[in-house]
Amino acid sequence: MSFKSNILENMFLDFFLVLKNQGVPVTLKEYLSLLEALKSNIIEQKVDDFYHLSKSILIKNEKYLDKFDQIFATYFKGIETITNEEFYKIPEEWMKKNSEKMLSPEQMEQIKAMGGLDKVLDRLKELLEEQKERHEGGGKWIGTGGTSPFGAYGYNPEGIRIGQHESRHRKAIKVWDKREFKNLDDDVELETRNLKMALRKLRTLTREGKQEELDIRKTVKSTSNNAGMLHLEMVPSKKNNIKVLLFFDIGGSMDDHIKLCSELFSAAKYEFKHMEHYYFHNCIYENLWQNNIRRHNEHISTYDMLHKFNKEYKVIIVGDASMSPYEIASQYGSVEHYNEEAGETWMRRITEQFDNVVWLNPVPEKEWNYTRSIGMMKVIVNDNMFPLTLHGIGRAIQALLN
Amino acid sequence: MGFQSTKTYIASDGLKVAVNASIALQKPLIVKGEPGTGKTLLAEEIAESLGKKLISWNVKSTTTAQQGLYEYDAVSRLRDSQLGDEKVNDIANYIVRGKLWEAFDSEEQVILLIDEVDKADIEFPNDLLQELDKMEFYCYELKKTIQAKIRPIIIITSNNEKELPDAFLRRCLFHYISFPERETLKAIIDVHYEGLEETLINSAMRLFYDLRSIRGIKKRPSTSEIIDWIKLLTIGKITAKELDGWQPGNGDFPYSGALLKNEQDLVTLRI
Repeated sequence: MSFKSNILENMFLDFFLVLKNQGVPVTLKEYLSLLEALKSNIIEQKVDDFYHLSKSILIKNEKYLDKFDQIFATYFKGIETITNEEFYKIPEEWMKKNSEKMLSPEQMEQIKAMGGLDKVLDRLKELLEEQKERHEGGGKWIGTGGTSPFGAYGYNPEGIRIGQHESRHRKAIKVWDKREFKNLDDDVELETRNLKMALRKLRTLTREGKQEELDIRKTVKSTSNNAGMLHLEMVPSKKNNIKVLLFFDIGGSMDDHIKLCSELFSAAKYEFKHMEHYYFHNCIYENLWQNNIRRHNEHISTYDMLHKFNKEYKVIIVGDASMSPYEIASQYGSVEHYNEEAGETWMRRITEQFDNVVWLNPVPEKEWNYTRSIGMMKVIVNDNMFPLTLHGIGRAIQALLN
Repeated sequence: MGFQSTKTYIASDGLKVAVNASIALQKPLIVKGEPGTGKTLLAEEIAESLGKKLISWNVKSTTTAQQGLYEYDAVSRLRDSQLGDEKVNDIANYIVRGKLWEAFDSEEQVILLIDEVDKADIEFPNDLLQELDKMEFYCYELKKTIQAKIRPIIIITSNNEKELPDAFLRRCLFHYISFPERETLKAIIDVHYEGLEETLINSAMRLFYDLRSIRGIKKRPSTSEIIDWIKLLTIGKITAKELDGWQPGNGDFPYSGALLKNEQDLVTLRI
C-alpha cells in the first residue's frame, strides 16, 4: 500500500517547516529523501517507525535529537489516541492546528504562558477566597499556591508537559517523550562526555599553524614520478602553534564550579603546546600565583607576567565575575588585600597587552543581569564574555580567532 | 525482510529502521554513540544477517581518502624500471586498489564499513563526497572511471572526535546508538551468555547501572564492558551475594578494572 502523495506532502511539509523554524538544520534534500523513503514503503505504517525513519533521515547531529523529540511530541500531540492504521489518514486541518501553535516560537511561548497563567490565576482566586474565610497564613498560601503551578504549566522545561499523560488507549510514554537525548543538547553544561566535544572545538584553534617542513615520503614519491629528478614536497607543519594564557578564578563563589573548571583545565592542557596558567581571586590585581596550595607565599607579579608574554598569546579568563563592584572599580576594593590600584586598571592592562581576550563564565548567561559585577567585567573584556557551555566555548574560540 | 536482530546482536527498532532505510535509499548510514555500544559490530551483523560480504576500511589519523580509492606505487615502478622488468610498461601493475574500489568492483552487493571516520583529517569526509554520492571515481593513471557495479551498503562509524562536514552529513542517514535500557541490556547479555544464573545477572546489572549513574565518572562503562565483566565474574566464580553489598562509595568490587578504565574513576568510587 502506498500513500497518496498530496496527503503526504501536506502533512509532512508542515512538520518539516516547523523543524526548520525551530532552528533544527534540515534541508530540502533530506525532506525529499524522507518522501522517497515513505513512498518506497521501507517502513510499516506505524507512528513509531515514522518517528525513527524521519529522525534518521532529517537529523544528523545528536545535539538536535532532543529538540527533534520535543517538536515531534508537540506536533503529533494526541497521536497516542490514534491507532497506527489511522495515523496516515489524519485530517490536514488537525495537523495545521498543531503546527500553527508552533510556527512562531514567540506565539508558542505566549500560548503556553497564557494556558499556564489562566490556571494559576484560577488557583489564586480559589486560594484568596479560602483565605478570606480562614484569615490566617495568607502570605504563605498565595506563595505556595501561586508559584507551584508554574512548575507544571509554566516556564520550567521539566514542568511543561510537552508530551502526553498516559492515555486510556495506549499504555505508556512514547519514545520521543522520554527525551533520552536531552544531555546531548548543545547548551547543557559541560560534563565528562560533553567536554570531549568542547575539546574538539579547542582543537580547531590549534590548527592554525602554517609552518612548512619537508615531507620525505611525498618527496620520494614525486621524485619517482619525475623519473628520478629530485622534486621536493612540502607540507604544513602539524605543530601546535597556538599560545594560550589561562587565568582561573579560584576560591569563594567559584567553589561551586571547581569540577567544571578542572575539567576544562585538563582538557585545555592537552590542546595547546604553549599554555601557561595563573590563578587569581575574583579579579586580577598586582599578583597572581601558579600553585594554588602555596598561593600565599609564591606570588608572581602581574607586571612580570605582562612583560613575559607577547601579543601572540591568546588570553582565556575563567571566572564567575561575581563580586562586589568595589572589587573591580575601587582602590583597596579587594577582599583579600589592600590593592594600590583598582582591579579594572589591571584588567585594562591585560586587554591592552593582548589582542585576544575572552572571559568564560560558569554562571548561566541568563543570570548575568542579576549580578552587577558581571556586566562591568563584560564591558572591560569588550563584550567577549561567554558562558562555560559547549556553545559558549565555541563562541569564545571564534572570538579568539578573530 | 531487511535487517533484523541476530542471534548475537540486539538491534533497537530505531536502528533497524535506519539500517533498512539506508539500504533502500542507497545512502550511507552514519552511526554514532558512546564507545562500546556496538557501532563497529553493527556492520558485521548486517553482513551476517543479510548474508553479504563485509569489507572494512579502518580509518586512522594518517588515512587519506585517496587510499580508499587507489594508490599508485611509483617507487616500485621506478625500481622495476631500473631492473628492466617487463611489468614496468603497464602502469596498471602499479595501481594498488583501495577498499572503496574493491567494494565497487565486487560482483555482488557487499557491506562497506568505514570505521571511525572522525579519526582522519578534517578534510577526509569532504574528499569522499562525490565517491559516496555517485559511487564512482576517476582513476587518472588509467584514465578511466571506476563505477560501482552494485552499490554497496555503506556503514560509517564515528566517535565524535571531529565534527563531520554538513555536505557529507546531508548525503547520509544518521543514527545515534544510545545506551541500552535495562530490558535491552538484559537481552544483549542473554544472547552472549546462555543459561547464566539469573540472580547473578540481576546483581551485576544493578551494580553496573549504579556505577553508570555516579556523577563524575570520567569514562562510563558501556555494553562491551559489561559483557567482558560478566565473563570475568563467571570465570572467577563470583556469586550474586558478593556483588549485592556494593554501593557507590564502597570502592573496589570484583574485577572493577574491567568496568572502569580510568584510575581516577577508581578513586572516585571510594569517595
